[in-house]
Amino acid sequence: MMDAIQIEQVSKAFADTQAVSDVSLTIQAGELFGLIGPDGAGKTTLFKILVTLLRPDQGKAVVNGLDVVRDFRKLRPLIGYMPGRFSLYPDLSVEENLSFFATVFGTTIAANYELIRDIYGQLEPFKNRRAGALSGGMKQKLALCCALIHKPDVLFLDEPTTGVDAVSRKEFWEMLHRLNERGLTILVSTPYMDEAGQCDRIALMQTGRILAVDTPGGVENLFQKPLFAVKARDTYRLIQDLRAAPFTETCYAFGEYLHLTTRPSVTAGTIHGYLTGKQHEFVDIKPIKAGIEDSFMALMQDHG
Amino acid sequence: MNRFFAFVKKEFYHILRDRRTLLILFGLPFVQVLLFGFALTNEIKNARIAILDLDHSQHSRQIISRLLSSGYFRLEQQLDSYKAIEPAFRKGKVKMVVVFPARFTAAVAHDQRAQIQLLADASEQNTAISLTNYATNIIQSYSAELNPAGMNPPMQLDVQSRMVFNPELKGAFVFVPGVMAMVLLLVSALMTSVTIAREKETGTMEVLMVSPLTQIQILFGKVLPYLLLSFLNGCMIIVLGIHLLGIPLNGSLALLLAETLLFIFLALSIGILISTIADTQLVAMFASLLIMLMPTIFLSGFIFPVESMPKPLQIISNIIPAKYFIAIVKGIMIKGVGLQYLWKETLVLAGMSTLINAVSLRNLKTRLG
Repeated sequence: MMDAIQIEQVSKAFADTQAVSDVSLTIQAGELFGLIGPDGAGKTTLFKILVTLLRPDQGKAVVNGLDVVRDFRKLRPLIGYMPGRFSLYPDLSVEENLSFFATVFGTTIAANYELIRDIYGQLEPFKNRRAGALSGGMKQKLALCCALIHKPDVLFLDEPTTGVDAVSRKEFWEMLHRLNERGLTILVSTPYMDEAGQCDRIALMQTGRILAVDTPGGVENLFQKPLFAVKARDTYRLIQDLRAAPFTETCYAFGEYLHLTTRPSVTAGTIHGYLTGKQHEFVDIKPIKAGIEDSFMALMQDHG
Repeated sequence: MNRFFAFVKKEFYHILRDRRTLLILFGLPFVQVLLFGFALTNEIKNARIAILDLDHSQHSRQIISRLLSSGYFRLEQQLDSYKAIEPAFRKGKVKMVVVFPARFTAAVAHDQRAQIQLLADASEQNTAISLTNYATNIIQSYSAELNPAGMNPPMQLDVQSRMVFNPELKGAFVFVPGVMAMVLLLVSALMTSVTIAREKETGTMEVLMVSPLTQIQILFGKVLPYLLLSFLNGCMIIVLGIHLLGIPLNGSLALLLAETLLFIFLALSIGILISTIADTQLVAMFASLLIMLMPTIFLSGFIFPVESMPKPLQIISNIIPAKYFIAIVKGIMIKGVGLQYLWKETLVLAGMSTLINAVSLRNLKTRLG
């Protein structure tokens, strides 16, 4: 299969910060690829390089067989880009926004209606409403329609679900899956680890570097150490005591439980004994399988 | 071409749907013209004066009635002695006192020479100068009538001044071209730079840049609606000036409109230049106001005459576009001259546009960084 995106040793610095350093990545055509990382990881900068808005300092990136620097004019009509910020005209109606972007890309709503029917169908009852008066989820859907209206080969979505409610996020991912099934290559970035599982493959990114590239399952399997979820009545004292324990490697808060990584061959019984000795009450300990966030935390730890 | 028109249409939506933009576009010129035309005028009407007539003759009565019927003066107080003059000024109501000395008529008859004293309150120096000028003119025209033609007494030196082009010294003649320059600059440069900066701020510029639209198309799409609206604005000010403020149009209307278009083009170019530098609406606004509006008001000769500025400011005033435009508008409307007298100013404006556009083109980016 042809590679949709090839990134070779790309670096980009702003003033005194190295936003992207030495990133290499290959994304195949038809993939739904996730770029996962916290704010400031360099995701947006990498996106802007790929959509021809920024020139890399070093390295080379090819999208759809076209160099993002040399062939940017030929490449621009072939990609769909949805920036992280709300990038529609709030004073234009839903329909006016869509038809504006359609005309600018040399097409009409009617010509590519097929592609956006699922999504636009939900917006159509509000087509005369100003885009600025839409809810967050609706705005996101409209922005997606606008990015799709010219039938791009590759779709770049920079943090599309940031600031959107949980139900809309779920719907949004379902839409991405349906688009992906039609053969559209999608590169999506998100700071939410729980969305990683929705992608075919993911790259974990931090401080401008790629820490790991694999399927979501593969990333989880990178985590080899024993992992326990621990809960007790006094969470604050629990985290203090566990971090001080001789068997502990790392201990982070994950919702109502603490995720505890230990040295090999430590059992739940050992931990329970230690905590009872420290007068903890209602102690609940269970061995768990690592999630993507655990892997990411461990990788971050390794890369210091 | 289709996508360019879609862009222009979108731009019109932005303008027509934003009440503030509409207000600035069409309310501002109206208010400015009325404000400068009527309220902020340096003409003086119905100034309160006091008269000390120690002569009580036909001559003094004649002169007094001419002064009071001129419309410039209103009698506040009749004084009866020199001592009353100072308290009259002190009270602050009286701006000028006209004194006819006791032997006024006798002096006219015997010496062919008589004096009238004009005392003006110079705490407002411009008012004082204008009032004494008005009064001097009225008195001199009376004395001219007294001397039949060809019978001028020997050795009488008479200073005669005539106000050319604006004999009534109407303030509107000075202010309207200035207001026109200011409003056009404000609307064209400020609004375009702000609207371009807005797209950068909201992130829509990124999407536009990734689209097949070129930067030039985006800029022209931004500028075209403002070019049309500014031109409409310019016409509105001209119509207001002629019909409401009574400014003559002695020269060619076609030339006036062509020069207005040239000036709008220059103002829009400045707006584009600012927008290539400014990334936020706030920066664009401050840049427009600071580098254009203030110098236009203070250095273009709009309010303060260039000739009375210190030398360094006079030199700086040469790079203020409004200075040339004001000269052109005054030339066409009031003096009624044509291009043969105004080609130099026209050339300066055209040259400035070319230069600014060249710089903007160099600054244009097809990318963000």
